[in-house]
Amino acid sequence: MSIDGSWYLTLAAVLFTIGAVGLLVRRNVLVMFMCVELMLNAVNLTFVTFARMLDDIGGQALVFFVLVVAAAEVVVGLGIIVAIFRRRVGATADDLNMLRG
Amino acid sequence: MTSALVLAATKVDLTVFVAAAVMVLAGAAGVVISANPVHAALSLVLTLFGVAVLFVAQEAHFLAAVQVIVYAGAIVVLFLFVIMLLGVDRQENVRRDPLRAQRPVAVLLGLASLAAIVLLAQGTDWVTGAPSVAGPASGPGANVEKLAESIFTRYLLAFEITSVLLVIAVVGAVVLARRSAEPPADDPADDPADDEGSIEPHGAAVDEAPVP
Amino acid sequence: MLDVAYLIPAFPLAGFVILTLLGRRGGDPRAGWIATAAMAGSFLCAVSAFLQLLGEDHEHRTVVKHLFTWMEAGGFRVEAGLLLDPLSVTMALFVTGVGTLIHLYSIGYMKGDERFPRFFVYLNLFAFSMLMLVLGDSLLLTFLGWEGVGACSYLLISFWFERDSAASAGKKAFVVNRVGDFGFMIAMFLCFGAFGTLQYAGIFAGVEEAASTTVTAIALLLFVGACGKSAQLPLFVWLPDAMEGPTPVSALIHAATMVTAGVYLLARMNPVLGLADDALTVVAVVGAATALFAATIACAQNDIKKVLAYSTISQLGYMFLAVGSGAYVAAIFHMVTHAFFKALLFLGAGSVIHGLHDEQDMKRMGGLKKWMPVTAGTFIVGWLAIAGVPPFAGFWSKDEVLLAAYEKSVLLWAVGLVTALLTAYYMSRQVFLVFYGGERWREGKKERAHGAHGGGQPHESPWLMAAPLVVLAGLAVVAGGLNLPFKGFHYLEEWLEPVFGENLHQSEAAGSLKLTLAAAAVAAALAGIAFAASTFLRARRNDAFEPAVLKRAWGVDGLYSALIETPGRALAAFSAFVIDRKVIDGAVNGAAGLVRLGGGRLRRIQTGYVRNYALGVALGTALLLGWVLVRTGV
Repeated sequence: MSIDGSWYLTLAAVLFTIGAVGLLVRRNVLVMFMCVELMLNAVNLTFVTFARMLDDIGGQALVFFVLVVAAAEVVVGLGIIVAIFRRRVGATADDLNMLRG
Repeated sequence: MTSALVLAATKVDLTVFVAAAVMVLAGAAGVVISANPVHAALSLVLTLFGVAVLFVAQEAHFLAAVQVIVYAGAIVVLFLFVIMLLGVDRQENVRRDPLRAQRPVAVLLGLASLAAIVLLAQGTDWVTGAPSVAGPASGPGANVEKLAESIFTRYLLAFEITSVLLVIAVVGAVVLARRSAEPPADDPADDPADDEGSIEPHGAAVDEAPVP
Repeated sequence: MLDVAYLIPAFPLAGFVILTLLGRRGGDPRAGWIATAAMAGSFLCAVSAFLQLLGEDHEHRTVVKHLFTWMEAGGFRVEAGLLLDPLSVTMALFVTGVGTLIHLYSIGYMKGDERFPRFFVYLNLFAFSMLMLVLGDSLLLTFLGWEGVGACSYLLISFWFERDSAASAGKKAFVVNRVGDFGFMIAMFLCFGAFGTLQYAGIFAGVEEAASTTVTAIALLLFVGACGKSAQLPLFVWLPDAMEGPTPVSALIHAATMVTAGVYLLARMNPVLGLADDALTVVAVVGAATALFAATIACAQNDIKKVLAYSTISQLGYMFLAVGSGAYVAAIFHMVTHAFFKALLFLGAGSVIHGLHDEQDMKRMGGLKKWMPVTAGTFIVGWLAIAGVPPFAGFWSKDEVLLAAYEKSVLLWAVGLVTALLTAYYMSRQVFLVFYGGERWREGKKERAHGAHGGGQPHESPWLMAAPLVVLAGLAVVAGGLNLPFKGFHYLEEWLEPVFGENLHQSEAAGSLKLTLAAAAVAAALAGIAFAASTFLRARRNDAFEPAVLKRAWGVDGLYSALIETPGRALAAFSAFVIDRKVIDGAVNGAAGLVRLGGGRLRRIQTGYVRNYALGVALGTALLLGWVLVRTGV
């Protein structure tokens, strides 16, 4: 029996959820970023699964672009993190709360 | 005969899938649970590798390769660079969350979303029978050829724009991470009257983090 | 013809405008002369109108001079015009005539007052308003004049407004009049609703077809207005307080002219009243009751002007008694004679007050006959006239009123007779206390420092004040001749016949009955005089005749205070402190407080933590997914 596409979709969903929960729960900025990467990977997996299920190469092309954009995003994101947190050693996401109402 | 081969094939498929799935989920759990960010980065590598295996299992060979090279090879390394730059030893206290409602609500929402997505995925008819937009994924020819054809003909504009995006990202990163000529006298972000958040009032003491 | 009719009100209006523009530069006494000249001009025009009307025959004696269209709104159209008929010309004649005399008197009386020009501004404005009241050809113009005289009354009563009592008296007059005006206004609304117009001609034309309840309602409501303006029960309380104003004001407004406006109104609306017998009965009863009521109070007053004020209320009651009995001519006759002798009495009282340097308490006067002979003589003429002693004017007019009352109801006649007795008594009491007897003003004089003139003794008034007194006294003597009960001498009745027509009650009494009633009236008058003479002339005063309850006017003011002022204050306090502060302010402040509270609670969502905001995004995502699930029906 072949592995049904829905299994992959479910796996991607679980991966996405774990990434989302991790983003909400962790305080270390870099770990939060890694959780974002998890979510992106889940999405990639979903796209590839659909490319196979629907027999469409467009899904894989899209993953290609997602990969590029994810890379660019990581570069800029880490640059920002470095710029903000360079002076505060051990700062966490909770320390940037000046916009408190 | 054919059925036995088919059966064997599917058993391998199943095994591969299960193994890859375990890697993916274990890595994901590791990212979320590890206190030490370096451990989290290594767990991320595990996840990425598992995803690459799953790509291969789905006949997306090129993407699997790119995944390993770009994601696991470059992006995670970049993460590790920044972790080292900004301090390794700080371990976040994962036992307790200062925002009390955050953890339970996050888990709850996550589970709810998962249930919703799974239900949607199970219950919906995805195959509409419409012809594919970019071309078939299966069929004769290598996966790379097909992918290259679609990228360089159909999605050429997007390709060019992403190259521009990469240039912008590089420039942006250089500008952002550059240290300014003299340290600014008074950064409003460092207002000492701020009662929560700022650990050190002025960064003068702690600027040069050791670079390995 | 009668083209100059518009000048009758125009003269005092011009006087008002000129004096207002001149302001303080009007000067003492020049402002007074300007005002008097305006009034004299008006009087001459009134005489001219009278003579012209006299030259016409009966059917042509009603002339409407249209002036201009005042307002037009939808179906409502008001023309401003003057109605010149025997009634209005009669009223205009004595208003302007007596008015001129009083203006002349005022020049002397108000001499030296620092607001001398302003007094005449108000007096001219009053004259204009009163003339508009009597000459208007619609209820609306009459109402305009009605309100105008009310406003001028307020201004003039509180002329010396530095005195709290004067300012309060002015307010009281205005407010009580307003109660009456309310009735007048409702009557006007009913008239417009029933007849579609407020012009007298239109109303009288449509009165036959109107429903009897409407007619009765209109009549009663007009009477409410008349009660306010003419100080009948229960709205008489303002008139005694109005004596705070200068005496010429009391003479002109509160004796001769303004207070007769109510009687004029009812006389003018006689076609309406003629169809509402019940209303007429009410008018007669209230008039008689007021007459008796006020007469009793007058018997116990010590202020020279208050006696005359209550006397005015009482005599007005007589006029309403006549109106209620259908004897409009008797009412008008009594109005005219009353104008003469009451104005005379008030001016005489003013002369006494002036001569004694602002002393108003009769118990501190006495024996002034030899010091102020002209004043005394004219005052005595007025006294005899009001007491109803023949052949003075009051006797003839009062007699007609009593005759009509007798034919309406013997009880009303009896009340009128008792009132006549009391009238004679208290007026005699006044005369004897002021002009005869011991010179009580000598006591206590030594302590008081003195004004500009005199040497501490009373003095006669200057000619400016004495001349009007003499003229009025002459009129009080001969005015009876207007309508003698002998055949061929019914001048006034014939003159007013086009106005009243069939509504006028014709007496069918036999000559012997008339003679008996007249004799009874004279007997009552003489009895009153005799009783007063025995008590006061011989200085044997008995305070039992002046009980405190009468001094306080039967406690009516106190009653009103308890009935209206106390609950009113309570209501005001309740509205201010409970409703305004707690309910309204509470609602407004509460709304603001609620918003602030809500804002304060909502503020907590903005924790400043990025992770919380991310949680919000996650929440939204979960909700969206749920919604999609629901919609796709999985």
